[in-house]
Amino acid sequence: MDEVGSKSFILTGITGLAIGVVLAMQSRGTLIRFGAEAVLPSMLALSVVKEIGPVFTSLVLAGRLGAGIGAEIGSMRVTEQIDALEVAALKPFHFLVITRVLACMIMFPILTLWTDAIALFGGYVESYLASGMDYRIFVSTAFESLRFSDILVDTFKTSFFGFIVGIVSCFLGFTVRGGTREVGTAAMRAVVGSSLFILLSDVVIVRISMLLFGDVGS
Amino acid sequence: MNQDPIIQIRDLYKSFGPIDVLKGIDLDVPGSQCAVVLGGSGSGKSVLIKTIVGLLKADRGTIKVLGERIDLLEGDELDKLRLSIGFLFQSGALFDSMTVSENLMFFLERHLKLPLAEATDRILETLEWVGLPEKLHDYPASLSGGQKKRIALARSVIMAPKILLYDEPTTGLDPVSVRLIADLIVRLQVERGLSSIAITHDLLCAEIIADTVHFLHEGRFIISGSLEEISRFDHPAIVTFFGNETTLTS
Repeated sequence: MDEVGSKSFILTGITGLAIGVVLAMQSRGTLIRFGAEAVLPSMLALSVVKEIGPVFTSLVLAGRLGAGIGAEIGSMRVTEQIDALEVAALKPFHFLVITRVLACMIMFPILTLWTDAIALFGGYVESYLASGMDYRIFVSTAFESLRFSDILVDTFKTSFFGFIVGIVSCFLGFTVRGGTREVGTAAMRAVVGSSLFILLSDVVIVRISMLLFGDVGS
Repeated sequence: MNQDPIIQIRDLYKSFGPIDVLKGIDLDVPGSQCAVVLGGSGSGKSVLIKTIVGLLKADRGTIKVLGERIDLLEGDELDKLRLSIGFLFQSGALFDSMTVSENLMFFLERHLKLPLAEATDRILETLEWVGLPEKLHDYPASLSGGQKKRIALARSVIMAPKILLYDEPTTGLDPVSVRLIADLIVRLQVERGLSSIAITHDLLCAEIIADTVHFLHEGRFIISGSLEEISRFDHPAIVTFFGNETTLTS
């Protein structure tokens, strides 16, 4: 939990800040052209909470944790540490897989909420510096467009992304055969595999949530 | 001395795809005896020892450990029998993320659920037995190869097993460390009455610990007996093997 969660706060925080600031900077010009600068907070909130925050956070975590878990378990496999657990009548699957998968499933939504909050803060700072927007207006405009179901579904879908990262990385680490080269390959595959599964499953989850909860504004 | 076989293997076969690694192994290890399996690289030694403990499944044949068919056991029954078996891995297989003390405590905590003070005493006692009580709080990365093997041996015996399996216990160690490890193995046999199988290609180690020696070549034992008898056996694989290795007496 510590490895997955607290050690990822800075990384996801910086990711969130960059997302918020860049999104606000890039959208402002277009919105001004259409006389819609006032909807910037709302647009930021919807983009960040519904899609960019969860997916970016999960991809960043897939990079950090997928490689870490794949390499760690892979090294344990090639140095016979997993065999040592098995011979000692301790179930490696319980100790190594379930713990990591659960940690990912719990921490991904928490880190996503943190990234979203920092991204919105970054967007506000950019708006304040560019147009002197009052924080009360920013907050009320940002949140009036969001429904509770948006926050709930789009944040907690990252729990499933966490499951994907945990399972894919543990599986690839567990099935390593050979030496350090194969451990490196497993770590790389864990990142690539987790990222691809996250992106593909996001399409399915978004479609399902639209069927269940309707589209934005509906 | 109890002479009933503690480990009994009959007609054991194991293949990986088209490669036949073990081709009909028979082996008896009586109580308080150490059987050494000698053989060159790729002869199937590690596959044999991993099959005995159930890390690999045999294709054919029977393996009886303490009277139970380990090759037929699964799940909790297999785990229960494994608690009677200690295993010293070739690499030591210490958990890198834990200190020496945590490595030893890990097994005690989960299986014996001893009070902390009693568990700590047992850990200290075991570390003293391998001569490394001062390494209690060190991480495996800071230990030498010989120290890692001794700590791994301590971890293997801390659960008080009845059988110990050694996979290349002295590979890559200097002669002084080989003697230290080999002496510990002999003490386990003498003081605790443990039965053991050691897989090795280290003649120095074999000479110190072996009660009987079995020479494995291309998946079969081509001769069994004392080290001296084997060294005199006229077979090209043995001539080559003994030509390349060093013994105490040579």
